[in-house]
Amino acid sequence: MLELRHIYKTFNPGTINEKKALVDVNLTLEDGDFCTVIGGNGAGKSTIMNAIAGVWPLDSGMILVDGVDISGLSEYQRAPFFGRVFQDPMTGTAADMQIDENMALAARRGQKRGFRWGCTARERQTYRAMLSRLDLGLEDRLTAKVGLLSGGQRQALTLIMATMKKPKVLLLDEHTAALDPKTASKVLQATDQIVTENNLTTLMVTHNMRDAIAHGNRLIMLDSGHIIYDVRGEEKKKLTVEDLLKKFEEVSGGAFANDRMILSK
Amino acid sequence: MAAYFASLNPVALWNAAPGGIAQGLIWGIMALGVYMTFRILNFADMTVDGSFALGGAIAVMLMLKGVNPEIVLVVSFLAGLGAGFITGFLHTMLGIPDILAGILTQISLYSINLNIMGKANQAVPVGQVRVFFTSNIRYLGQTIALTLVVDVILIAIFYWFLGTENGSAIRATGINAHMSRAQGINTNRMKVEALMVGNALVSLSGGILAEYQGFADVKMGQGSIVIGLAAVIIGEVLAQLVAGKRLNFILRLSFTVIGAIVYYMVYVFVLWLKFPADDMKLLTAIVVAIFLAVPYFQEQKTSSFHGLKRRNAKLREAMRKAAEGDDVINDTAAEDERQEQTTETGKEAD
Repeated sequence: MLELRHIYKTFNPGTINEKKALVDVNLTLEDGDFCTVIGGNGAGKSTIMNAIAGVWPLDSGMILVDGVDISGLSEYQRAPFFGRVFQDPMTGTAADMQIDENMALAARRGQKRGFRWGCTARERQTYRAMLSRLDLGLEDRLTAKVGLLSGGQRQALTLIMATMKKPKVLLLDEHTAALDPKTASKVLQATDQIVTENNLTTLMVTHNMRDAIAHGNRLIMLDSGHIIYDVRGEEKKKLTVEDLLKKFEEVSGGAFANDRMILSK
Repeated sequence: MAAYFASLNPVALWNAAPGGIAQGLIWGIMALGVYMTFRILNFADMTVDGSFALGGAIAVMLMLKGVNPEIVLVVSFLAGLGAGFITGFLHTMLGIPDILAGILTQISLYSINLNIMGKANQAVPVGQVRVFFTSNIRYLGQTIALTLVVDVILIAIFYWFLGTENGSAIRATGINAHMSRAQGINTNRMKVEALMVGNALVSLSGGILAEYQGFADVKMGQGSIVIGLAAVIIGEVLAQLVAGKRLNFILRLSFTVIGAIVYYMVYVFVLWLKFPADDMKLLTAIVVAIFLAVPYFQEQKTSSFHGLKRRNAKLREAMRKAAEGDDVINDTAAEDERQEQTTETGKEAD
């Protein structure tokens, strides 16, 4: 279970560029929740992900994982709780290392890294099996440098790496935004499969409203650092893109100015 | 001119070569240290100029005190660990940018080295201390063999270290620190570790060189970063030429040492050409510049705006010929063809 309590974050406080990115955000994710996050540019979608992952410290507020406050832990110390996939396919993997070496790094998340061998032959067998289920042909390229892979392949690999050691929460930060539509849907499909099979608690940011509606059992909408809409269960299943647009105009009190969201219907 | 060439003595070159090899093997250890920070960690570490002299200074002073040569080198190695730690501390804990952190440690080591030696240079009285490595021509063969063994062992340890979980974490930190933290790697600790190991190798190399030449000078590390880089880069260019696609990590490391040897052979050769010793730093810079330029030019051959002109020359020639042909010989034929095409497209449109 992930709980955010009264989270505040302001960037560049006291300057002309001051930006209240998160304002009193409260959110509770039950185990097994798959929650999608939408909102316009600058609404705080990525900020909420970075806050949870600990990229920087909060101004105030608490983040609880299974009831334990982790808000004082640094990014690498929190890593055992979270699996992360980023918007930029380059971010999630080490380009100049082999596929198996990348996976071996992920397999040791939260473990002490000592002087045992970094990637054993036995591990490689399990990695091969994991990759073959992706159906991208990566299982035959275990020793290829990740830098040689396409964006979609890298995102799929990052997804595997994020989940091979079961995280408390899977954080997906617009992980299909940089991909072409066909690849994006393939990666989303893989995401659904992995989340369902492992019953993962998931938070997925997306720009695409249809994806936000089609995936998961819960949806939240952010605007200027506030959660302005929170819908789940049956109610969410019945949502349409028009509903969301209307909701957004209603709550934020303005027209939906983000072309990218409308265009991505 | 003829007099100059007549004055060059091939036998002298032959005699000087083993010295070049020995020096190259010793500097190869230093180059491995530079490889660790520069290539693995992606950190331009300027500490090495100081830590190289630190190793030498400590080695000479301990030898003068009659300490065993093996212990002397262990202490040199440990001192390098310390120097690397200081740079790492400045960078990760105090937030000082990488190059500046290294320069600060380097400059402080200058004073520290002077304090260690008590003056700018110290020599070991020849024949009074037992050493493993010596430039004495009678034992040069043994020295080369021993240094070679040391190099091979160090490459093996280096390879093993970077293959471990800890070493993989260091490599990941150098390639993508953001991803490393997301995978639970303490990137600050990895940076400090890599700087420590790198500088330890550099300092060990300085210690061995001090034994080899029988003295240490506070300035012996000056410009050593450039020599280390030269070795790394020469090694990479040669490795690419020799191994090509089959290039693996152990070959990369080996070629780093080979790069150092090549550098010193060039050095010996140029000295033999009676270049003034004062110009050697200039020479170093030129050698490094050439080897840095080789991969760049290789790439330029296949992809550059300038090269496009040449690549297009053929195309332009073919186009010109085609145009001429149209005008002179196949004028009517071309006209027919064009008409045919119009009718065809007309049909398609129907």
